[in-house]
Amino acid sequence: MKTASSAVRVHDLTVAYRGHPAVHHLSGEFVAGSMTAVVGPNGAGKSSLLNALGGALRGYEGRVEHDATLRIAYLPQASALDRSFPVQVVDVVAVGLWASIGNFGALRRTDRARVDEALAAVGLSGFGQRLLGELSAGQAQRVLFARVLLQDAGLILLDEPFNAIDARTTADLLALLHRWKHEARTVIAVLHDLDQVRANFEQTLLLAREQVSWGPTAQVLDAAHLFKARQMSQAWDDTAVLCERAA
Amino acid sequence: MSVVVQALVGPFVEFPFMRRALVATWALSLGSAPIGCLLVLRRMSLVGDAMAHAVLPGAAAGFLLAGLSLPAMSLGGFVAALGVALAAGFVSRHTPQREDASFAAFYLIALALGVLLVSLRGSQMDLMHMLFGSVLAVDDAALLQIAVVASVTLWALALLYRPLVLESFDPGFLRSVGGPGAAVHMALLVLLVANLVSAFQALGTLMAVGLMMLPATAARFWVAGLPAMAAVAVAIGAVSGTLGLLLSYHAELPSGPCIVLVCGVAYVLSVLFGARDGMLLRQLRKPAHLTR
Repeated sequence: MKTASSAVRVHDLTVAYRGHPAVHHLSGEFVAGSMTAVVGPNGAGKSSLLNALGGALRGYEGRVEHDATLRIAYLPQASALDRSFPVQVVDVVAVGLWASIGNFGALRRTDRARVDEALAAVGLSGFGQRLLGELSAGQAQRVLFARVLLQDAGLILLDEPFNAIDARTTADLLALLHRWKHEARTVIAVLHDLDQVRANFEQTLLLAREQVSWGPTAQVLDAAHLFKARQMSQAWDDTAVLCERAA
Repeated sequence: MSVVVQALVGPFVEFPFMRRALVATWALSLGSAPIGCLLVLRRMSLVGDAMAHAVLPGAAAGFLLAGLSLPAMSLGGFVAALGVALAAGFVSRHTPQREDASFAAFYLIALALGVLLVSLRGSQMDLMHMLFGSVLAVDDAALLQIAVVASVTLWALALLYRPLVLESFDPGFLRSVGGPGAAVHMALLVLLVANLVSAFQALGTLMAVGLMMLPATAARFWVAGLPAMAAVAVAIGAVSGTLGLLLSYHAELPSGPCIVLVCGVAYVLSVLFGARDGMLLRQLRKPAHLTR
């Protein structure tokens, strides 16, 4: 077993809502220190997969395996966040230090310095005292990336991180992704822009509830696979019989 | 002493019950207003309302068993409101129904049950007392209860501030780092119910929520951050409580509704003249802007 080379393994993973599978019998491994794009049509189970990997979702069948000490940072879709809540940027970023400060721990001076560094790294120096609601969508996403920076995680899960984000912000944040890969962190991102995937991600998982293809991006994103993914995602059959595939 | 000062200070100097009522409204503001701010920001304003109604059947049960006994009615009210909160939460977690709908269903049941229970033994006066309270009859025991609840509330909010705020605007993140999401949500509900119960004798089940929500909704028109908002809400509550007591004293009107009405006036004034998002300011503000 090549434990050193895989950050996360999934074994026969099925996530179902009201009995209908969103992710169906998925098995495979995410190579440690790689960047993997998860692509597929809407409703293909991409977010469900990320939820299961990040531990936010528990009621799934099958197994998700990773090193017990692996620290995971999970950035959900932008809609999961209430940006109108009056909270300062510096406070949003600072909870990235959760592993050391937890519920009650105080921020030391070195912590504050790290928060400032993280803000500088995403190009938001001087924005610390602003309220989250005063920022644009792109700036808010930079704030959340600064928080991920501070989480210092070995596995970074990003759910549609560049939706409604302009080209320049996307380019800056993609540079951060490459920096994380360079630091031997494993990055898994749900994306829709296939050109962006081809240009930046060496690994791709094409998902349409079931795995369509998983491997090097150039091989995965060919016309035949993409056509197959579109076909597979259409079916939602209330009369479907129980799946009896062996677990 | 000038006439104005006499009118403002006199009643409190002269009558111990007015002094107690004053301290009660201030202490209630200290605990309730910050809770109200959190409810407003979490879009749970109506949950506060529902919980206030849900106090009634428990208080009525306590009244049936022990007569007009504050501990019995408080305990009953606490248990009943928490029961409604748990039942509503349970239904919304295990069915597709959203939380606001299940809260509405359960508080209506609770309210009807409460009125029925009071009518079994009590008079119309008892019912009025439970629904609208009597801040002028607050005794030392009730005052102590109010002070303890306010103190515990402020300590708890300070202690739970980080997970509470995170759970409010980014629950997904809190879950992903293994934070106590469900626990802080529950803690907030417990604090909410405790504050409503402690306000119950002074303001009644129907008015208790007024001192909680009106100052909180008004504060949003003056400041932005949560701590500042809570502070402004406490101040609005305390000032409204004071003016409400004076109004009720001089005009010989029931005190609970007076206090809540003055809170209401503060809310309307804030909507109109608030320094942050008030309507007048929006009208007056010239379309000027900074260079960058």
